Amino acid sequence: MNVVETIEQSVIQTENLQFYYDTHHALKDINLKFEEKKITALIGPSGCGKSTFLRTMNRMNDLIPGVKTEGAIWIGKENIIESSIDPVELRKKVGMVFQHASVFPFSIYGNIAYGPRIHGERNKKVLDEIVEENLRAAALWDEVKDHLDQSATGLSGGQQQRLTIARTLATKPDILLMDEPTSALDPISTAKVEELIQTLKEHYTIIIVTHNMQQAARISDFTAFFLNGEVKEYGQTATIFNNPLNSETKDYIAGKFG
Amino acid sequence: MSAKRKDQLATAGLYVIVGIIITVLAGLLGFVFVKGVPQLSWQFITSPPQIFKEGGGVGPQLFNSFYLLVLTLIISVPIAIGAGIYLAEYAKDHWIIRCIRVLIEVLSSLPSIVVGLFGFLFFVLYMGWGFSILSGAFALSVFNLPLLVRVIEQSIHNVPKSQREAGWALGFSKWETITTIILPAALPGIVTGIILASGRVFGEAAALIYTAGMSTPIIDFTNWNPLSPTSPLHPFRPAETMAVHIWKINGEGIMPDAAAISDGAAALLIISILFFNFTSRFIGNLLFKKMGAN
Repeated sequence: MNVVETIEQSVIQTENLQFYYDTHHALKDINLKFEEKKITALIGPSGCGKSTFLRTMNRMNDLIPGVKTEGAIWIGKENIIESSIDPVELRKKVGMVFQHASVFPFSIYGNIAYGPRIHGERNKKVLDEIVEENLRAAALWDEVKDHLDQSATGLSGGQQQRLTIARTLATKPDILLMDEPTSALDPISTAKVEELIQTLKEHYTIIIVTHNMQQAARISDFTAFFLNGEVKEYGQTATIFNNPLNSETKDYIAGKFG
Repeated sequence: MSAKRKDQLATAGLYVIVGIIITVLAGLLGFVFVKGVPQLSWQFITSPPQIFKEGGGVGPQLFNSFYLLVLTLIISVPIAIGAGIYLAEYAKDHWIIRCIRVLIEVLSSLPSIVVGLFGFLFFVLYMGWGFSILSGAFALSVFNLPLLVRVIEQSIHNVPKSQREAGWALGFSKWETITTIILPAALPGIVTGIILASGRVFGEAAALIYTAGMSTPIIDFTNWNPLSPTSPLHPFRPAETMAVHIWKINGEGIMPDAAAISDGAAALLIISILFFNFTSRFIGNLLFKKMGAN
């Protein structure tokens, strides 16, 4: 693995991270540092481990039987793979957005207010503010403000995805993990979500898995190239795309495989 | 034969099958209603039966049917939801769990008369509850649990995995995810299961003959103290239901208008089931909206 630039100011750092599904060694010795309030793209062919890696960072993999994580993922001063860390608490700080917008079959308002409500916020006025603030942050407020009580399942795919982003923001995370957030969207919706992701980096550290090379090039500051469970190359996006050091990175970006 | 021709034939065949089903169903309902609805009157619905003369009603039986249903649901729904949640969300693929599933299937195909006799031996005699609503409600719970558990497990299972992941990713615990996301999303299916089970409770006679009994004591509808033996709510009184009543007067009814009463009671039973179906759908929708945190 080549670390092209040393990244200072990192909020997340993995150290010799290993991950196994039963006997399958899915992540091999991952050492990455993610910089605060930047967008890092994880690219690589299907099955290379990039989504698995993303899911180790909020411990979503814990829910799969027979998996094992070794090494360390430091967020601040804590190694979050330790069993003393409560994954439920962790996931409030490390939000996740999925490939398919999984809105709850409730109202638009209900979708956003849900997290804060479950986490104990009962004051209607505060909830109203949370809903507005996060819908604004997700650039959805103007489109839905007049029908907040309507079912969220009636929104378009792109709107649903922005709603799930707003819903994630409402739990006040520091870090946003995005697992191919636009791969199920049309080009116009994709552009809107990309634009949103760019504005979100002012406040959040974002790690995004994408299959779309152009997307990685357009929106990310850093890129990590995964292959067969290893990080082959990691550095500034411009460098990775223009002057990759690794020949496999070069071939992948040129579209020769994957 | 061309693909198009096959397609036409298959379509026509399906229409014929559906036509047969609808005809049979409409004929049956029509028959019951045409014969039964003219017998219905406020007096018939509210007054107690007469043993030797004309003009008796089915008031207590109607009440018993609903009361028994409510008691049965109070007993069986919480257990079924718990079991459904366990099987859908917690149970691992293990031979014990597979055995449990097989047992549930076997139990769901148990003849109701067998459940009734079990209820007689266990609830009526061993527990000493006598022929009572409570014995009947427990016997019907035994009878309904397998169906309820399976339907509820299936509707919980059908909630997409992405909904669970979304809940977990928002920092909800497994239990919070189940109670606030999975159950509301599964609610329409759960309501369907409850309606199916209720239809069986309304229509069940065999399991009740030996448990809830075939008679109704004189009850006083102005006395709502559940501890008083003349109260309709008293759980340890015998309680003949509509279905049992229909069965009984057809076999041994000696009142002159037995056939008319049986017709009227049959129509009333079907109307009650329809009424219950619509109200439970309505309540289900309300609940769904409420749980949906609007």
